Amino acid sequence: MTRYALTRLALLLLGLFVASALIFLTLRVLPGDVAQLIAGVNSTPEQVEAIREGLGLNQPLPVQYLTWIGGVLRGDLGTSLLTGTPVVDELVQKGEVTIPLGLLSMTVALVIALPLGVLSAMRRGHRDGTALSVGAQAVAAVPVVWAGMMLVLVFAVWLGILPAQGFPRSGWDDPAAALRALLLPALTIGVVEGAMLLRFVRSATLQATGEDFVRTAAAKGLTRNQALIRHGLPTVGLSIITVLGLQVAGIIVGAVVIEQLFSLPGIGRMLVTDVGNRDLPMVQGELLVLTGFVLIVGFIVDLVHRVLDPRQREAE
Amino acid sequence: MSLVVRDLVVSIDGRRVVDGVSFDVPDGARVGLIGESGSGKSLTALAVLGLLPAGATASGSIRWNDVELIGLPDRALARLRGDEIGIVFQEPRTALNPIRTVGRQIAESVRIHEGLSRKDAAARAIAEAERVRLPDPAALVRRYPHQLSGGQRQRVAIAMALACRPRLLIADEPTTALDVTIQADVLELLRSLVTEDGMSLVFITHDLAVLSQIATHAVVLEDGRVVESGPLTRLLTAPASPVTRGLLRDATATLWRPGGAG
Amino acid sequence: MTRPGWFRRLWALSTGRFGIIVVAAVGLTAVVAMFWTPFDPQHVDVDERWLPPSWPHVLGTDGSGRDILSLLMAGAKTTVWVALGAGLVATALGLVLAALGALTTRWVRESVAVLVDILIAFPVLLIAMMISSVWGGSLWVVIVSVGIGFGVNIARVTRPELRRVLHSDFVLAGRAAGLTPFQNLWRHLLPGVAPVFIVQLSWGMAVAVLAEAGLSYLGFGAPVTEPSWGLLLKDLQAYISVHPLTVVWPGLAITVTVLGLNLLGDGLREATDPTLSRRTAAARIHQPEVIA
Repeated sequence: MTRYALTRLALLLLGLFVASALIFLTLRVLPGDVAQLIAGVNSTPEQVEAIREGLGLNQPLPVQYLTWIGGVLRGDLGTSLLTGTPVVDELVQKGEVTIPLGLLSMTVALVIALPLGVLSAMRRGHRDGTALSVGAQAVAAVPVVWAGMMLVLVFAVWLGILPAQGFPRSGWDDPAAALRALLLPALTIGVVEGAMLLRFVRSATLQATGEDFVRTAAAKGLTRNQALIRHGLPTVGLSIITVLGLQVAGIIVGAVVIEQLFSLPGIGRMLVTDVGNRDLPMVQGELLVLTGFVLIVGFIVDLVHRVLDPRQREAE
Repeated sequence: MSLVVRDLVVSIDGRRVVDGVSFDVPDGARVGLIGESGSGKSLTALAVLGLLPAGATASGSIRWNDVELIGLPDRALARLRGDEIGIVFQEPRTALNPIRTVGRQIAESVRIHEGLSRKDAAARAIAEAERVRLPDPAALVRRYPHQLSGGQRQRVAIAMALACRPRLLIADEPTTALDVTIQADVLELLRSLVTEDGMSLVFITHDLAVLSQIATHAVVLEDGRVVESGPLTRLLTAPASPVTRGLLRDATATLWRPGGAG
Repeated sequence: MTRPGWFRRLWALSTGRFGIIVVAAVGLTAVVAMFWTPFDPQHVDVDERWLPPSWPHVLGTDGSGRDILSLLMAGAKTTVWVALGAGLVATALGLVLAALGALTTRWVRESVAVLVDILIAFPVLLIAMMISSVWGGSLWVVIVSVGIGFGVNIARVTRPELRRVLHSDFVLAGRAAGLTPFQNLWRHLLPGVAPVFIVQLSWGMAVAVLAEAGLSYLGFGAPVTEPSWGLLLKDLQAYISVHPLTVVWPGLAITVTVLGLNLLGDGLREATDPTLSRRTAAARIHQPEVIA
């Protein structure tokens, strides 16, 4: 077990390194010139040069990279080119919106996908089972943006019970208001992600029904459904854990777009603005945090899966 | 306690894989279902218990103690399974739940039908493990399936099937996937348990040599139909159908002497 | 796919049939739109703003008086263009990576495998953001990002297939019979790998369509001069409370197209793989990430 954990850890660190390098390199391949951008159109070459020096842009690439990484390891992700505020501070503040949004979305997705996915597998061949399956396919094909718009139409415009945009200034000081603001966004992401997850749950459950040991359980005296639920589902659960990593990536991506739609001051919206402004240190920091998060979740998921599966544990 | 099968038809995706099979298993009889792979033997057995795979449908008549099983709701069939009719499958590697201890899996049978408490069922599981001659039963029941050998896993499967003392045991190629050296032991175990309890037995196999050691009558299947049936001694000495003759030839290719004494 | 009649099998499946019809319809619309649309999609007519579905504007008009049906048809061009482009990039990248991961020396193979696994974690949208921040947004950004994102996925799924076929008896026999590596590749490897590959491609194109919609909505995709379903969504969003029906059209177009491509992939998988039960759970169950 420890050997496995160490290998995965090494891979994680390698992944973080490669990710950071890729992010860094891509953002340095500039046809334009950041210093020029900041200095403005009417600046003199000397002013531009001064800015370049100040930003350390004249150093050789490896040195720039190491400076950045060194900072990252100390907890310093740089400062915004435009506002001068430290990247970390911005991330923490915006994270107050994005992290709860992500958690809520994940919850919605699981609540939808798990029971309905199992149900649609158990009712395969029947009308309701097929309807669920087809429905999930259709919902999974919907662009998250559009889903959000439709939900806004129903709940905010026609029914008027939920806000169409925005997040309270006071943040989480008024938890009820904050939750109300996040409800529709989380529902949007959760429903679309849930539809995708549902298809996976259905597939894994169908596979479980075909397992020999589920049949054996029924042969002992359980009904076929009981056998599936008591013996097949834990294995299904195990395989779902592996997919959760992908789900997280999907939710992050969904959040970027949804925060834009609902004008939520989160990390996703911040990323979009910063990319538009070519605010490199911010973009670098945000991308690193987001991809790093996905990699770390993947790592944790691997370990959890390993711990829960007695077969794996014994294979040592 | 008898099993009467009449004109059983099993269709998968419109194709008839079992096409009008009829045979009897009187109380205490040991009947073999024999044929090549794909002759429909396993599906016949699964149809009795309502455990056909998805997409397969059964029609015809299967009567157990004069109760018609085809068309019976799953709940009612589940009450029979394990309690009155037990089944052992071919592949011990996949027949056991990999994430539960074998003791708990054996105990499940008695908990379902006899309502025993967890403690009592655990003790009973050890007793059943002992009955199928598993070594060091008290320690073994705490292990997981992947920690056992193939032969041991099959014994666990037999223990699970017989825990509630069913009146009929269906054994679907129980020794085929085992090591040759262990086959004889497991076969011997089955035979002694069956005769001890006076159970009826339906033994499915493609190997006449194996069948001759455990069954008294046989039903020969080909392409989902019965081509010959009768006492095993007659089939061995005077087979009427070319299918039977073929099976006999295959059996004598391995070391075997007529008369049944393995 | 060496088995003749796979198309007929595909057509027989409800998933395949739906997929083929949708994809054909969208493709046809795009081709037609290259030569003709009911109105010039960019034609602004202030007097004709916000018309409900009526004649001659069958789906109505938007806030600038542009005909929505024409916008949708022209948007189909963009969608097809992006899907094909991304598909091509993904194919090229995927095959190269898969080949590197299966055909070369051990050291290269291992490093490529690790690289692929790491790249998989990069969500496509984030790749697009990364590229956009350097080159600005454009359809090329969409094509390249999806191409990379899905190309890596294709590589991961195709590599084991490639290795399996590589060591199969057919290929060994071919080598023994004296076929050149290229002939061997053509005759044995490609048909063996093609089924898995083409299924992934179909799903990948679905991802591309969603990505284009999302990125265009965010402003990093189609420029304002190009009609795009995603851009339409952005334009119409502000008026959703007053003119809700207009938003439905582009959203529906995207959904149906993505659904068609997904179902086509599902149908292809069933139609081209007679040994379906052998496939691992991972390859069978695709999880395209939420793009937009």
